Amino acid sequence: MRAMLIPRRLIMLGLFAAFVVWCAVSMDWSWLPRYAPLALDGLWVTIWLLVVTIILGFMLAVPLGLAQAIGPWYLAAPARAFCTVIRGTPLLLQIWLLYYGLGSLFPQFPWIRESELWPYLRQAWPYAVLSLTLSYAGYEGEVMRGAFASVQKGQIEAARAFGMPRHKIFFRIWLPQAIRSALPTLGGETILQLKATPLVATITIVELYAVAGRVRQDTFIIYEPLLLLAAAYLVIAGIITLGFRWIEGRGPRMSR
Amino acid sequence: MEQTLELLSLSPPGWGANLLRGLAASIQIALGAFGFGLIIGFFGAMGKLYGSPWVRDLLEVYTTVVRAVPELVLILILYYVGTDILNNIAGAMGRGPVEINGIAAGIWVLGIVQGAYSTEILRGAIRAIPPGQTEAARAYGMSRALMARRVTIPAMTAFAIPGLANLWLIATKDTALLAVVGFSELTLETRQAAQTTRAYFTFFLAAGFLYLMVTLFSGVIFARIEKWARRGQPSHRGG
Repeated sequence: MRAMLIPRRLIMLGLFAAFVVWCAVSMDWSWLPRYAPLALDGLWVTIWLLVVTIILGFMLAVPLGLAQAIGPWYLAAPARAFCTVIRGTPLLLQIWLLYYGLGSLFPQFPWIRESELWPYLRQAWPYAVLSLTLSYAGYEGEVMRGAFASVQKGQIEAARAFGMPRHKIFFRIWLPQAIRSALPTLGGETILQLKATPLVATITIVELYAVAGRVRQDTFIIYEPLLLLAAAYLVIAGIITLGFRWIEGRGPRMSR
Repeated sequence: MEQTLELLSLSPPGWGANLLRGLAASIQIALGAFGFGLIIGFFGAMGKLYGSPWVRDLLEVYTTVVRAVPELVLILILYYVGTDILNNIAGAMGRGPVEINGIAAGIWVLGIVQGAYSTEILRGAIRAIPPGQTEAARAYGMSRALMARRVTIPAMTAFAIPGLANLWLIATKDTALLAVVGFSELTLETRQAAQTTRAYFTFFLAAGFLYLMVTLFSGVIFARIEKWARRGQPSHRGG
């Protein structure tokens, strides 16, 4: 906070405040009251998607990273191929492949159409969750591979010498340390995942970005919703950064 | 299977030629945006390292905003701002509204996004140069330009290559986002082909394959460049 109080930054803050006031006064915000409830729904969808896909994606990334770090070749090779494909193709294409591709294949099979899952498979959100989860898992699989490899051998040998069973070594020693060393990267990747969520607007999911699109379509107002949208993402990204910094600050410091 | 081959064949009724045309457009945009981003990044890094405090703070705002706001939102904002500026200029010169070239617009919007990431990568690379090297150059009485050309740029290249390789991959994949704005590149061509023929799976898989080829090929090229940039340095293998 102290760093903001030097004269140069005060002038900048002043200019920024003037810009905000100018935006508030001279731009057109008449649409805001009408679309505010929709925008809040959109915000909720964005955050829900972010949290759910990060949790699911991370649960997938752990075995992917483990397979690549110490797995036998028949597990390491598919895990590696999965990460390469996910990281080598645009997410937008993956989303469309799942939604339009699978979405157009499924109805051809009667047993799928008659199954209990069909009411869900007809909606867009399962495809959004699946594609975002796979994407996060693909990127995080690589991160976790490095993180697992970076845990010092002595730690695991010591645990083994204490007679800990294998799963206990994994959950008490190996995984926590790997996560700790991956935390700074995971923070950055979480912001990347936030920045990926607007893509699901293209498959009819109404999240934050889609709301701005709808305002533009209905009222032909372009800049105001986009500015507000950018500000909203800045705030969410800021909260994520602070959150990760808080988590990193807890617990013992990593020795390098 | 035969049907699939027919759909992907290069001559009509196949859509292969459209996909390849889209791929060419994507690569053009990616190359342009990457290059434009590098130029911004070079001046950005210089500004962040040696600029006045005002310049540093403004660059900090630029990199922070670009890295926190989704590309799709930035693309829309920059696209509309760019169109408005061009139309204002054209209006001031007494001409009507201008038609905007999709490739130029793509390079402009993605280049500004890439510039923020390049700034950070190049800044880190310049800072990674052992200070003794630049001190030695200064002690020899090299001018700033000569020092940049003979010492700073060659020495930082090796440090910057891995980050820049990543950035290039981001550039190729970000071109897909332009499909949402309606620029004709690989993803949009693919979608049009898929919608017309209803063969969604075939075409999206084919496009994915094309992107993957670009990615894998780029990986090979960048590995070579890195090896070249690191010539003469002790190898890092084994650790």
